[in-house]
Amino acid sequence: MSHRSAGAGPSTVSRGLRPSPDRLSLRSTSPRRGEKAAFGFLVLAAAVSVLTTVGIVVSLALPAVQFFREVNVLDFLTGTSWTPRFTEKSYGVLPLITGTLWTTGIALAVCVPLGLGAAIYLSEYASTGVRKTLKPILELLAGVPSVVYGLFAVTFVGPVVLKEWFGIQVQTFSVLAAGLVLGVMIIPTVASLAEDAMSAVPRSLREASYGLGANRMRTVLRVVFPAAVSGIAASLVLALSRAVGETMIVAMAAGSQAKMVSDPLEGGQTMTGFIASAALGDSVQGSLQYNTLFAVGITLFVLTLVINLISIRLVNRFREIY
Amino acid sequence: MDTGRIQASESPRAVLGCTDVSVYYGDFRAVNEVTMDIGVHEVTALIGPSGCGKSTVLRSLNRMNDLIPGSRVTGTVAYHGQDIYGKDVDPIEVRRRIGMVFQKPNPFPKSIYDNVAYGPKVTGMKVSSMDDVVEESLRGAALWDEVKDKLKQSAYGLSGGQQQRLCIARTIAVKPEVILMDEPCSALDPIATARIEDLMMELKKDYTIVIVTHNMQQAARVADRTAFFTAEAAEGHGDRTGHLVEFDLTTKIFSNPSDNRTEDYISGRFG
Amino acid sequence: MSAVTADQAMPRTPLARAAYGEKDLRSMGFLVVLWLCLAFGILVLAVLLVTTFLDGRERMDGELFTNYTSQIAPETAGARAAILGTAWVILTTALLAIPIGVAAASYLEEFASTRSRFARFVELNVQNLAAVPAIIYGMLAAAAAVAVGIPRNTVIAGGIALALLILPVVIVATREALRAVPQEIRQASLALGATPMQTLARQTLPAAVPGIATGTILALSRAMGEAAPLLLLGGLVFVKFDPNGFLSGFTTMPIQIFDWAARSQVEFQQLAAAASILLLVLVILLNGVAIIIRNKYATAR
Repeated sequence: MSHRSAGAGPSTVSRGLRPSPDRLSLRSTSPRRGEKAAFGFLVLAAAVSVLTTVGIVVSLALPAVQFFREVNVLDFLTGTSWTPRFTEKSYGVLPLITGTLWTTGIALAVCVPLGLGAAIYLSEYASTGVRKTLKPILELLAGVPSVVYGLFAVTFVGPVVLKEWFGIQVQTFSVLAAGLVLGVMIIPTVASLAEDAMSAVPRSLREASYGLGANRMRTVLRVVFPAAVSGIAASLVLALSRAVGETMIVAMAAGSQAKMVSDPLEGGQTMTGFIASAALGDSVQGSLQYNTLFAVGITLFVLTLVINLISIRLVNRFREIY
Repeated sequence: MDTGRIQASESPRAVLGCTDVSVYYGDFRAVNEVTMDIGVHEVTALIGPSGCGKSTVLRSLNRMNDLIPGSRVTGTVAYHGQDIYGKDVDPIEVRRRIGMVFQKPNPFPKSIYDNVAYGPKVTGMKVSSMDDVVEESLRGAALWDEVKDKLKQSAYGLSGGQQQRLCIARTIAVKPEVILMDEPCSALDPIATARIEDLMMELKKDYTIVIVTHNMQQAARVADRTAFFTAEAAEGHGDRTGHLVEFDLTTKIFSNPSDNRTEDYISGRFG
Repeated sequence: MSAVTADQAMPRTPLARAAYGEKDLRSMGFLVVLWLCLAFGILVLAVLLVTTFLDGRERMDGELFTNYTSQIAPETAGARAAILGTAWVILTTALLAIPIGVAAASYLEEFASTRSRFARFVELNVQNLAAVPAIIYGMLAAAAAVAVGIPRNTVIAGGIALALLILPVVIVATREALRAVPQEIRQASLALGATPMQTLARQTLPAAVPGIATGTILALSRAMGEAAPLLLLGGLVFVKFDPNGFLSGFTTMPIQIFDWAARSQVEFQQLAAAASILLLVLVILLNGVAIIIRNKYATAR
């Protein structure tokens, strides 16, 4: 069939109107330099995040390299004594890591169940009105400044809640009080992301489950939860990263004694806590003491980087599904 | 049965000429080798069943397809002999000469006045009085009398039909030569539709109009020429590629189409 | 057992059937547990607000606002330098983070092809930076200040640290706001012969302002309460002067609270609580404003 067109062919085109040549030209009329400059600014702004990462790596790595020239990496990673400020200096980072593990572990024990419970309630049970009111209030928990949490842990959770109400004999500074409050702070992080993941589960899946006679609890636990699992996992990994990286609560409430923590009622120092207290000290720039800060800093950065990359993979996977 | 050649004597004085235009989205060929001319001061209607590629063709006429990632056009679309997909061509200049009105009225979330003034402002048109341009454009779109007392009010306060005429006013404010309309009445009630159709008959005195429509009666009422598209699955896979079946004077298409498929569609036997 | 009872009565819609099945004990217990999870967080928030208020109310006086901190007279010491310092630093943070964040988000959302390697690399960076510990940004800002030869303990260094900290948040919020702008607006503008940059500046960005504002206000509120990165700038805990420029020394409220809280006298603890109340009021106000903008915007669309 070749009868596609009435008067097909380029010959007819030339018979068209011919307006004035300047009106005809389809080339750009101006170089649009302002536009190009604006575009350059946008690209540059986007590059800032790359530069930030590079900046972080460089500013941590240079002093850290200095540090590891004087201190064996293996000794650093496996040593159980951290006394950079004493005359008998020792640079084993494990005490800081155990301190971090304790506060992080306790925090996760608080924020994971409570955050997921709140997420299920908000996503599956709450009416729109209830969700609209309660969610911002819950999110305010993440907005409370961490120094205020720190103060709360030291003046109230430790001495009043743990000691007076529950009779738990915590010391003035304890990883328990710090970890509990840290966990409360992270609840909204878990709840928000997990709720997003569960809300993204298609309605049809739920209805299929209801249609089979399952009630809401069974539907949530057997259908919605498994379907949202990678998003929920991402929320937990992000919570982990938050807990490891939080500074002020642990600096104020966990104490500043770097030791291998074995009892949560005692104080201990975390990696972030050490960086904060060392920064307040008066070590001379370039000295070994000053460089310890960056050795711990880069350890913390690498640790959270690994956690973040896992979380990013999980989030991207969950975005791909829905 | 080479009616194309028979019609050649009545072929339009072309503003736009498509030669072997194919449009691809990635590897998928949405439209295959369309060849047709758009006549000056005429209304050309593109009709056909859903998915036949008529909107895709329309969007390829002012490079709106460029905005879809992975889209690609082969063949030539000549505007006064100049390929709009040519190397030195600036798509922005193309769109300044070939405007577009969309399916759903899409006024900017601004005042009526600002909606109309936007085009002349961003294209850097030299105007002695913006107020005059706004008034002239709104009159041109038969909307002036209804809105002259509320030019500073939000365009979102207008009815759907008024919004669509505002979009037309906004388009003619930049004084294009061609106006592409992508099912401009599909979201409107019959009365608003009739007003837009009347407007098209007015507008074609000054502009060239290409309209995509689902509504065959509409094509019959407003169009000087009509192109009928359909989509057929390529062998071996399910992707349907659209192509032009027949392009002719509207009277011919609706009274005595050359192709059986056109006749089937017109008489409502498929589509 | 719920299946049997459901079969007997058989409510018609799936949802009604599901609700019907909820009347067994286990389901109700489950619901109570969920409810408690949510209630616990809100309860802690309430307790925190009340105890902080009780601890600090005696020092919620004029001197808190007008006086500088003091080693020797805690009963009349105030947070004047910290309040002004917070204002300066947050202003600097906003001036840096908003333009850069909005521009970066505009690039990623409006210009970058999804296949662009650079864009994907930027995205990965943003995602990672969002979860980098705040204190690390302090180490970066300190190193950067030293590298360009300005003192670490300056408003500008603090502003840079906090701006980089909240940049990912501003970028993500802006991208979401841009994504929510209907595609039709962009098409209409481009079809009129506007350039992509004109379309962004005159249509897309203005339409996204409420969403950008919501996200940015929350981010700034977070920056306002953040102390960790600023500790790395050194010399910030005992400041008895008003900051007067970007290169001025400064302290902020969270740092002042941190300093006071570490002192043993009761007066300092009260001061810390009083300053905390002030900080909490600001944070709650900012959150409230953000929520109001968000809701107003949501109903307008």
